[in-house]
Amino acid sequence: MSTAINSEPILRIEGLDVSYFTRAAELPAVVDFNLTVERGESIGLVGESGCGKSTVAMAIMRYLGNVGRIVGGTIKFKGRDMGAMNEEELRGIRGLEIAMVYQEPMAALNPSMKIGRQLMEVPLFHEPDCTEDEARRRSVEMLGKVRLADASRVMEAYPHQISGGQQQRVVIAMALLSNPSLLLLDEPTTALDVTVEAGIVELIAEISREFDTAMVYISHNLGLILETCDRVAVMYAGEVVEEALVTDIFDRPRHPYTRGLFDCIPTPGRNKNERPLKPIRGRLPLPHQRPTGCYFGPRCDFFSEGRCDGGKIPMSAAAPDRDHRVRCVRWDEIDWSEQSDTAEARPPAEVGDVVLRVDAMQKYYPVRDRSLAAVLSGRSVRYVKANEDISFTARKGQTVAIVGESGCGKSTFAKVLLGLETATGGKLTFNQDDISATAVADRDTGQVRSLQMVFQNPNDTLNPSMTIGRQIGRVIRKFGVEKSSAKARERVLALLDLVKLPRDFAKRRPRQLSGGQKQRVGIARAFAGNPAMVIADEPVSALDVSVQAAVTGLLMDIQREYETTLLFISHDMGVVEYLADRVVVMYLGQIMEQGTTEEVFAPPYHPYTEALLSAVPIADASVHKKRIVLEGPLPSVLDPPKGCPFHTRCPRKLGSVCVEQKPPVHETVNGHAIACHIPLHELESYDPVIKTAAE
Amino acid sequence: MIVFLARRLLFMLLTMLAVSIVLFALLEINVESIAVRVLGQYSTPEQREIWLETNGYFRPIYERYFEWLSNFARGDLGESTLFNTRVAEILWPALGNTAILGLFTFALMVPLSLTLGILAGMREGSGTDRSITFLAVITTSIPEFASAVLLSFVFVFWLGLLPGTSGFANGFSIREMILPVAVLVLYGFGYVARMTRASMAEVMQSPYIRTAVLKGMPHGRVIMRHALRNALIAPFTVIILQINWLLSGVIVVEFFFGYKGFGALLLSAALNHDIDMIQSCAMVAVIVAVATQTIADIGYTYLNPRIRFT
Amino acid sequence: MTDRTYGTEPEGATPAEPSALVRAFKTIAIVRESWMASVGLGILVFWILVAIFAPLLAPYPAEQQISPLLNASPGTCAEPDRPYFTSEGMERTTGDECYLLGGDNLGRDVLSRIIWGARPILVWAPLATVLAYAIGIVLGVMAGYKRGWVDDVLSRVSDIILSFPVLVLYIVLITTFDRTNLNILLAVTFASAPGIMRIVRGLVLDLRNRDYVAAAQTRGESSWYIMFVEILPNARGPIIVDACLRLGYVIITLGVLGFLGLGLPPPDPNWGNLIAENRVVALTSPHSVVFPCIALSSLVLGMNMLADGLREISLKD
Repeated sequence: MSTAINSEPILRIEGLDVSYFTRAAELPAVVDFNLTVERGESIGLVGESGCGKSTVAMAIMRYLGNVGRIVGGTIKFKGRDMGAMNEEELRGIRGLEIAMVYQEPMAALNPSMKIGRQLMEVPLFHEPDCTEDEARRRSVEMLGKVRLADASRVMEAYPHQISGGQQQRVVIAMALLSNPSLLLLDEPTTALDVTVEAGIVELIAEISREFDTAMVYISHNLGLILETCDRVAVMYAGEVVEEALVTDIFDRPRHPYTRGLFDCIPTPGRNKNERPLKPIRGRLPLPHQRPTGCYFGPRCDFFSEGRCDGGKIPMSAAAPDRDHRVRCVRWDEIDWSEQSDTAEARPPAEVGDVVLRVDAMQKYYPVRDRSLAAVLSGRSVRYVKANEDISFTARKGQTVAIVGESGCGKSTFAKVLLGLETATGGKLTFNQDDISATAVADRDTGQVRSLQMVFQNPNDTLNPSMTIGRQIGRVIRKFGVEKSSAKARERVLALLDLVKLPRDFAKRRPRQLSGGQKQRVGIARAFAGNPAMVIADEPVSALDVSVQAAVTGLLMDIQREYETTLLFISHDMGVVEYLADRVVVMYLGQIMEQGTTEEVFAPPYHPYTEALLSAVPIADASVHKKRIVLEGPLPSVLDPPKGCPFHTRCPRKLGSVCVEQKPPVHETVNGHAIACHIPLHELESYDPVIKTAAE
Repeated sequence: MIVFLARRLLFMLLTMLAVSIVLFALLEINVESIAVRVLGQYSTPEQREIWLETNGYFRPIYERYFEWLSNFARGDLGESTLFNTRVAEILWPALGNTAILGLFTFALMVPLSLTLGILAGMREGSGTDRSITFLAVITTSIPEFASAVLLSFVFVFWLGLLPGTSGFANGFSIREMILPVAVLVLYGFGYVARMTRASMAEVMQSPYIRTAVLKGMPHGRVIMRHALRNALIAPFTVIILQINWLLSGVIVVEFFFGYKGFGALLLSAALNHDIDMIQSCAMVAVIVAVATQTIADIGYTYLNPRIRFT
Repeated sequence: MTDRTYGTEPEGATPAEPSALVRAFKTIAIVRESWMASVGLGILVFWILVAIFAPLLAPYPAEQQISPLLNASPGTCAEPDRPYFTSEGMERTTGDECYLLGGDNLGRDVLSRIIWGARPILVWAPLATVLAYAIGIVLGVMAGYKRGWVDDVLSRVSDIILSFPVLVLYIVLITTFDRTNLNILLAVTFASAPGIMRIVRGLVLDLRNRDYVAAAQTRGESSWYIMFVEILPNARGPIIVDACLRLGYVIITLGVLGFLGLGLPPPDPNWGNLIAENRVVALTSPHSVVFPCIALSSLVLGMNMLADGLREISLKD
């Protein structure tokens, strides 16, 4: 190989424009996109949904479907123009030189083909003289390299027979089999649980070291980019607005949008009272509604008429020596150090009497197993122990977070609380009434209206065939808040005011609203009957970061004003630290640890809390955290481990005692409780997971 | 798997039993009307009384049902009043003829509809897709009797190429098979083709096809190795269930072309109130339908690893 | 409240909801998005108009027999001064009696009979479909929402009905009960409702897990409200598409039954009967069966195209 070819970057994209063509119009998805990827380099592509980051990956692969088309610019792979390649040349690059890892591993694998076959196809197809045995040997070897234990079993399995984390490892192995020079990763961990995500992220970081593969890592999560990439490009509305080394972006953002994004993300030590998040106002413009000039202009605090909306804004060098570029005409006029990155601080809210007392609550679901073996052995009915011995209290005006991964029983708990299910044991005392065995149909209106819920999925939370006004109005009348329809209508408008939505939204239907707006309506609906307690089940996890901050802020404000108790269900330790007063950590239906937020987020930790904390990606370059990657998949709730439920994955497992006996609950002074066999003083001696460099 | 099969077969038997009860009740609960049907409008009440008495219709219905059921299970299908002979003597040959008709129909319809469906689904929205879809909409809009009329008009009346009846007066003749089979295929293929198309189009949109393409595999290999297997699971069920449709379709076609099959037999039995014959024909039809349903279910499970291994 | 801003979105970004009348027109207007749906709707409207204005459009009364035009070819006119019998007695042809689509085996005008024959089809087929839907929807929503034994019983019963080959079922029903309009209506309903129930049940099974249903449950709404106000309206898209298909299928069924001599009873002309009556002469004077076949197929084609077009439109959004 001559040096001339070696000096050529792996990928050079210049002035790329990609559009989608609908019947009505051409929608530009990516505009004037430039990117250079050097050998072995990993580049992060970050932005909110709809910013065009996935389109870039598909354009590189030249796989845009029927409606997408590259309308301008060039993509050069190792100096060869991919635009000029025919189908056959493209095939020679796809899968061999450029490989891809996808967001949904389950969907990315062929459901009716054994995993081994799907892996072996790669070398068998790309290398004509590769034999079956050779392909099999290499596939097994690669499964080992992606840390999949029991590779030969996985080879013989169908995709649905292995867990999500294992599936993603298979997809990564498939991508690496041909030893590609460029790896595209499109949100590879979004569909996975946090502790599983941590394992995949570690693997990806290892790959870039070990295989000398260049990577383009696409994500909406700045924290993940920080952990995996060297350089990062921030995208907004189809454009790159800022590009720099990862540390520069985090320490010296020079675009108001980048800066705004950081202000929306809860980072360690930040909480709702002292340093509230500051959301970006407005919403991402749709492709055909983009303003002239700077696309971010209408949402920008530094907007200057005549300059920002004049014409196309070019990229300018913010720090030429460090290759830091930014698409802003005013970046050098803004005093970046003086800008406050937070909204106004406030004193913590008063906390009142106990509203909810949960005492040894238990919820089992019977599962009938009709297999012959089960019937013969008399074990045909087994129980999913969705909630086992749950005890905690919540006070007036308090925010209690229940945190845990999928299958930990947090949603089941919410269902029992709301009366959609009834508990199979224990007590739930809400406002002095025991409601553990009362289904919602048997509760009186007072009880029903004082316990309401905000749901997770914005597209699912509102009935698509009813107007917003009718949906909120129904709640008002149902709860008897207002009797006359004129008064009820007034109240609907007042509630829209409360959630900061224009009053004419009452006449709209859900599909005319954005995700954030729908969640606001969901909040208005929950608060329509002045509830004493609101359960919020991951209310912002499906929203973009900038919208997340706005919706959480709104929820907090209303809660404070109405002195509502908020039960916040989440998997995200970052959000929980930011807004909770008390935290309950659950794993496989059991409480592992609970206490005030400060207590849970500092040693002594339960080993699971410690792992959760370590798993959360943090968008702050000054933070150092201890790496704890859990081995193995989440066990099935149908067959939870005996003894301590966490023992199968616990990095601090003591031995057989963890397998055989239920752990004792260590209680420190004021209700901080840890269920673990490890003695308290030893737990206290652990280092904190997160250390801020500044402190 | 064995448990699944056993349960499925048990379920099949129960369904057949339930259907036989419904059928028997429908046809035999009103004994008076049976007498009227058999003896005619102008029979006297006394005549009816005697007929019912001698044929044992005054026993309780469950007793008659069990007798009928045990006879049926032993292959004794009763007496045909229309043909004055044992039902079995006429029914089995007729069923054989229908089986031949069905075999020809399926032999033509299955490859045709699968090919067209796959071609259409491979590139959704293409010209091929649109033409095939439109063709299928048109053919499924023309009921069997209409296409029988239209095809006869063209090939028998106008061109004079084919015989207009299929009674096999001079023994089996492939020329006489053409029109009945054509009519059934014409009406039936569109549905299967559209189901195949929908299934194929869905598979082609799926992320695992994208994975296969981005592995660098050529289009043909992607289709053959990744798309077809998944895309044919749904049409497999549809095809097997078409046997149920065929049992209806043959009634019209056999009637129109004078084909001596089970459908024509059932119809003439019905028009002439030949109770035993109606019962036997309907029961046989239901047994075939329920059995094919079971085969479809088992096959679907077998083809779909996601259900097979859980 | 504090005076912090939470990014209130700009007003007027999306248009406000228009009035009910405008929406109704828009609902019809969406048909224009697909040529298939437009043509289908056109054919349907054409036949509805023909049925309504049959007395104006039909050149002859449906039952008028002009024996000189027995089995006459399309476009034939009677020779003048030939005798024929009517209910009033003997008449003589003037020579102006012309049958555009020919005469049938009793000397009646095929065109007039097709025009009049549109009426019973367009009354009984929609009636049977609506009735089957009323039952199928109620049962399907209950089975899908309530689950448990209600679902088990309803599903088993519908399995049993659906395991009959459909024409076999009709033959058994119609030979058992008498061949009257009402019985045929009930038979079609009986045979169609289980299939509709299955479809609706499937839709409801999907919709019942939506958060807005959970929201209604958490505010203590009754099951009836949830089933028919929260869930059912959201299933309307697929139901409408299926209803178009099924109406086409019911039209076919009425035609087939008529053809087999089991359909809507005479003397009312309907397309199935027209074909059945002239089947014996199908090979000698085919026009008397070909044209009714074309009429019936065209109406079914219209329904199928409408369904296909509507499905295509619904997939686009």
